[in-house]
Amino acid sequence: MCSLCGILGCDDHWTHAVDRPGVYTRTGDSRWRRAEAARRVAAANRVLSWRRVKLAEWERTSYVLTGATGASAVFDSFSHLWPEAEAIAGRAFDPLDDALIDWVSRP
Amino acid sequence: MTPVILLTGFLGSGKTTLLQRLLTDPALSRAAVLINEFGEIGLDHHLLDRIDDNVVLMKSGCICCTVRGEVADALLNLQSMRARGEIDFDRVVIETTGLADPYPVLQTLRAHPVLRSHFDNGGVLTTVDAVNAGAQIAHRAEAVRQIAAADRIILTKTDLGDAAATAALKATLLRLNPAASVVTSADATEAIIDGLGAAQSGWTDLAAMAEEGGHHHHGHGHDLNADLGVVTFSLTVQEAVDWTAFGVWLTLLLHRYGDRIYRVKGIIALEGEDRPVAIHGVQHLVHAPVHLTHWPDGPRHSRLVFILEGLEPDQIRRSFRAFMGLSPVDAPAKVPA
Repeated sequence: MCSLCGILGCDDHWTHAVDRPGVYTRTGDSRWRRAEAARRVAAANRVLSWRRVKLAEWERTSYVLTGATGASAVFDSFSHLWPEAEAIAGRAFDPLDDALIDWVSRP
Repeated sequence: MTPVILLTGFLGSGKTTLLQRLLTDPALSRAAVLINEFGEIGLDHHLLDRIDDNVVLMKSGCICCTVRGEVADALLNLQSMRARGEIDFDRVVIETTGLADPYPVLQTLRAHPVLRSHFDNGGVLTTVDAVNAGAQIAHRAEAVRQIAAADRIILTKTDLGDAAATAALKATLLRLNPAASVVTSADATEAIIDGLGAAQSGWTDLAAMAEEGGHHHHGHGHDLNADLGVVTFSLTVQEAVDWTAFGVWLTLLLHRYGDRIYRVKGIIALEGEDRPVAIHGVQHLVHAPVHLTHWPDGPRHSRLVFILEGLEPDQIRRSFRAFMGLSPVDAPAKVPA
């Protein structure tokens, strides 16, 4: 259930849509799904580290975010990552902010 | 999946008149129709129901929380009656109010846990009044959002304006939304409804939009949208795109700026994939990506077209380039079979 709005069954983010004809997704094969989930968390963490927030998968069904002060949040859908991360960090993640662009450009 | 066609357009732009005509065509004889209000123009159709405006928008900013409650209820009611064998329909047409932003209805189809299993985006039709469009686009953000969300724009009242002005308006609309096709309300029904929907429409046209550089729509005599700061620009990428990094980037961009990005549409050449993937977003919403069966004509590289307001195209390009380096090189993009 969406922890923000209470709607059931929210987790159908476009990057990992339900496998069906004509739709591009990496959820069809379980090994591919696992590998993609790990890559997604790693990529998100490079952005989240800008505000000292860390993302991990939890029980393969949810995500958990932890902030620098120890605050944490559990959520089911990747759609909720950025609202939750901003709530934990107390500040915005702006992809057009020069400081964030420089941060993710680091080797 | 039953396609849902959204018919939108500014107040007085001829939505109901067009709908009245379309419903006499055999192609739409099995359509269920949802309208917001019974207006002065009578609609005679066996599956006609009324919906009330009721947008439920949670303040949390979560993209799945924008649900038009009454639209959802009306569609659930249709589905329930169909399941009981009381009615049958092969598509749904929803006529929105003239001031409606199409996005919440699209989001309702996408996010509602029951509706998304039965209904699909069948395309957005936007009527544009050939006589009054200039003032509406210049002064009403709703009109711009409706045009930007369109898969097909239907020019109405073209018989009341002169041909040169109509041609200029058509060019302006295509600059504002290059992902749409433009027809007139006098055209045949097939020209208006065929090939609509996120999966089918517009990908080949993208080849024509691959030029770099933000298009601010200045000059040309019909400078309808310069005051609004609406910009159409394309982002082209020669190298293959990493799906994971792209997903993180676009999700964050639309989270932060979805209210200013009216439309994003394009095709992506992915690492490890022979066939391109089509991306189609409206504001905070991205439809399920379509794995195309083949490349359209033209160069085989990624191109995304954005219609946005108040954002700098070069900064979006810069951000895209930076985020494309996000994925760890030691994690394979695809597990070998």
